[in-house]
Amino acid sequence: MGSAPAGAGGVLSSSQEDGQQGKAVGSLVTVYIMGKAYEVPAEATIMGAIEYAGHQIIRGAGCREGYCGACATIYRLPGDYKIRTGLACMTMVEEGMTLAQIPSVPAEKAIYDIEKLKPNVTAIQQMYPTVFRCVACNTCTKSCPQGLQVMDYVQAAKRGDIAAVMDLSFDCVVCGLCMLRCPAEITQPLMGIMAKRLYGRYLRKESPELAERVKAVEDGAYAAEYAELMKMGREDLSKRYYARDSE
Amino acid sequence: MYPDYMAESLRKVEQSRPRRLELARKPDPVYPPMNEDERRAVLEGFHPDFEPSARRNVCVGPNKGESLTTEVADLLESHSWLRSEQVDLSKPDVETDMLIIGGGGAGCNAALVAMREHGIRSVIATKLRMGDSNSMMSQGGMQAAVSRTDSPTRHYLDAIGGGHFENKPELVRALTEDGPGVVKWLEDLGVVWDKEQDGSMKVMHGGGTSRKRMLSCRDYTGAMIMRTLMDEVRNHPDMISVKEFMPAVELIMDDAGRCAGAVLYNMDSEEFITVKAKSTVIATGGYGRLHIRGYDTTNHYGATGDGLVMAYRAGAKLMYMDSVQYHPTGVSFPEQIAGFLVTEAIRGAGGQPLNKDGELFVFPREPRDIEASAIIRECVQNGGGVPTPSGRLGVWLDSPLIDMLHGEGYTEKHFPAMYRQFIRYGIDIAKLPMLIYPSLHYQNGGIEINERCETDLPGLYVAGEASGGLHGRNRLMGNSVLDYNVFGRRAGKYASEYAKSVKLGKLSVAHLDAYEKQLADANVQTELVTPILLPSYAPKDVKKRQLVRGGNSLPGASVLQNRLHDERADA
Ligand SMILES: Cc1cc2nc3c(=O)[nH]c(=O)nc-3n(C[C@H](O)[C@H](O)[C@H](O)COP(=O)(O)OP(=O)(O)OC[C@H]3O[C@@H](n4cnc5c(N)ncnc54)[C@H](O)[C@@H]3O)c2cc1C
Ligand code: SF4
Ligand code: SF4
Ligand code: FES
Repeated sequence: MGSAPAGAGGVLSSSQEDGQQGKAVGSLVTVYIMGKAYEVPAEATIMGAIEYAGHQIIRGAGCREGYCGACATIYRLPGDYKIRTGLACMTMVEEGMTLAQIPSVPAEKAIYDIEKLKPNVTAIQQMYPTVFRCVACNTCTKSCPQGLQVMDYVQAAKRGDIAAVMDLSFDCVVCGLCMLRCPAEITQPLMGIMAKRLYGRYLRKESPELAERVKAVEDGAYAAEYAELMKMGREDLSKRYYARDSE
Repeated sequence: MYPDYMAESLRKVEQSRPRRLELARKPDPVYPPMNEDERRAVLEGFHPDFEPSARRNVCVGPNKGESLTTEVADLLESHSWLRSEQVDLSKPDVETDMLIIGGGGAGCNAALVAMREHGIRSVIATKLRMGDSNSMMSQGGMQAAVSRTDSPTRHYLDAIGGGHFENKPELVRALTEDGPGVVKWLEDLGVVWDKEQDGSMKVMHGGGTSRKRMLSCRDYTGAMIMRTLMDEVRNHPDMISVKEFMPAVELIMDDAGRCAGAVLYNMDSEEFITVKAKSTVIATGGYGRLHIRGYDTTNHYGATGDGLVMAYRAGAKLMYMDSVQYHPTGVSFPEQIAGFLVTEAIRGAGGQPLNKDGELFVFPREPRDIEASAIIRECVQNGGGVPTPSGRLGVWLDSPLIDMLHGEGYTEKHFPAMYRQFIRYGIDIAKLPMLIYPSLHYQNGGIEINERCETDLPGLYVAGEASGGLHGRNRLMGNSVLDYNVFGRRAGKYASEYAKSVKLGKLSVAHLDAYEKQLADANVQTELVTPILLPSYAPKDVKKRQLVRGGNSLPGASVLQNRLHDERADA
């Protein structure tokens, strides 16, 4: 029926059905995957290129859509001294790129009981004391593939401004690239997770209707209506469903 | 940027925008919603499940003779990696109270409840890193009836209507009644929900909701919840042991027909590890990476339906495995992100699907299967699609309306992930529409469970996307994030209670030999060895030259290559 939008350009994407692959369209570029040269489609993502080269990725791919941080990659471009960073599933290849995936960055997560912490600078001092070693070099911000103001959230943590850490680190995918590059050996994303949890646990505004609803459920306020709905036959249910009003 | 040839169509979208903005500001629907007959017609005419080769009868196992999604039937009619004589079960490598297979949202919830409320130790065995899962990816949000105009019973009615009245009622009740409590559970663990100024929960519409009920954490809802759950799991290394890159490949049974753990496969050393457990929870998620009917998928790398086939071989019945969810709005262009999800919250916030002439052709918030079918109809029958350079089709999703409705900067602030994904390719979704087409998204059915997450097999519990019955044949947005929380927690509870009382007998994997015999008796000819674990995206010619590790019916062969699609001539 031809309803599947099968495209010849299948090689480009990292989320393709494999049957569509194998046909290169457009031009090729040369990339060096851990030092070894491969010809890959110019429009491919780094992840697409690694797979086009025939690798079976085991570590180094997770969500494949920019959410999980499994695919941290470092690379250099020809004639450029800089080490660059990116997510393999989100970054396009370039001619002459030489790359390696960093599927795991060693880091120690602090073990804590959130019920015993307070949302202040003491929590940071106790759990992630390395934060105070920050020399404000901004390397972390420059290496963040999400474009986050990483140094700013580290600075906010030093001030104990948990709300700011939460806000600035909200979109962190924990790829670990900032902590890999940090000269002060700070583990920014792990500290960020703790700060977000502290915010959610202690600094949120309480929702009065949520507490009421939870209590109503516990008190069995809906039991009778459930019993009635669950007894209804398909036809009656259908009538009730199509007649319901909408907000 | 969009190619030049699309300029004409984009201009039409812009031209009709003021008129459509007016419509959106009125309380009435911007396009008439379909009635029951119209819904049926578009489903049967255009949903991929209704294509002639989409289903076939499975000829072995508990659902023998039932018509299932073809790729699922292929998956079930396949060989195991193991024969019984290969594993020595007299001395299991690991022993635990509870084995949880899958470290996504359902798995983490189960482990936390088991530990906190029942003092039960568990092992989480997962395929990739913990949290590398569909749970990490949900953007749009979670349904829960918390607002004052809403109620859990109304949520029940919406869910069961969205599922075409085929959902198991007791599961829908559990889902909707536990919902508000889950919001609080997550909030107390530290999830940062979006809120209004006064602290009340921010609620939005989703497809098929009659009240605003979608809770969110910007558009990183899944990441926020998943990272919070994972972080808490990792705070208890003494109670919860996490084994990464150690997928399960088969269940272990005892001589009384109880599930008693699983055989894991260490992806680094390529060895099998046996785990004896008093109770076992399957939380392996969905099957998007089977690329059913050749569709692109929104799912994570490890979504290969492993739990289905393991449980099926052991004798657990599946439910509604003839129904696949295609998300109405997957990316069609740019090609590099084809198949990626465009969250339904975009439509919840006012985004409208439009054909190439810039005209509405469907109510933007129909249930998913209806919305997806209507988009396919618009492209395939009405010629209303926009072709991409590589020959895909797509319709517009007019996102610039969102800033116009909610104020400038709203899109960037509330959909940062979406915004980022497109701006990388020079498309500012606050100013330009997105080009979308349905994408393979969700496993509607699964291993049949009851409200205690029990299956046909004593000792085997299932939670989350791997389970079947809750959503009927069509899940609504926001109900699966709620699903993995509600039923993950329930699995933790009931599997703990069971683990405290059971006395296991002698362990065995003899069911694998019996299943192999069934295949032979049914004269099934296949090279496929499952679970698949990881799909292979090597180009076809490379695959041909590669060492054949998969596609190999020899027992014990190490299998990392997915040959599912190569096997089927018409796939
Ligand atoms: C892109 C995207 C967006 C979504 N957005 C929403 C949304 O907005 N709202 C909503 O309600 N739902 C949404 N969903 C659906 C929802 O996220 C999932 O249905 C849900 O997270 C499933 O949770 P789970 O715990 O059952 O499975 P998962 O979270 O997928 O976890 C399963 C885990 O098991 C592992 N695993 C698989 N096989 C094995 C094996 N053999 N052995 C060991 N481990 C294994 C996997 O690697 C994974 O870690 C979305 C899904 C996707 C893909
Ligand atoms: S803050 Fe660090 S870990 Fe988080 S996304 Fe940016 S670079 Fe990655
Ligand atoms: S890289 Fe490290 S030292 Fe430099 S600014 Fe960031 S946190 Fe501070
Ligand atoms: S694979 Fe998840 S961010 Fe790239």
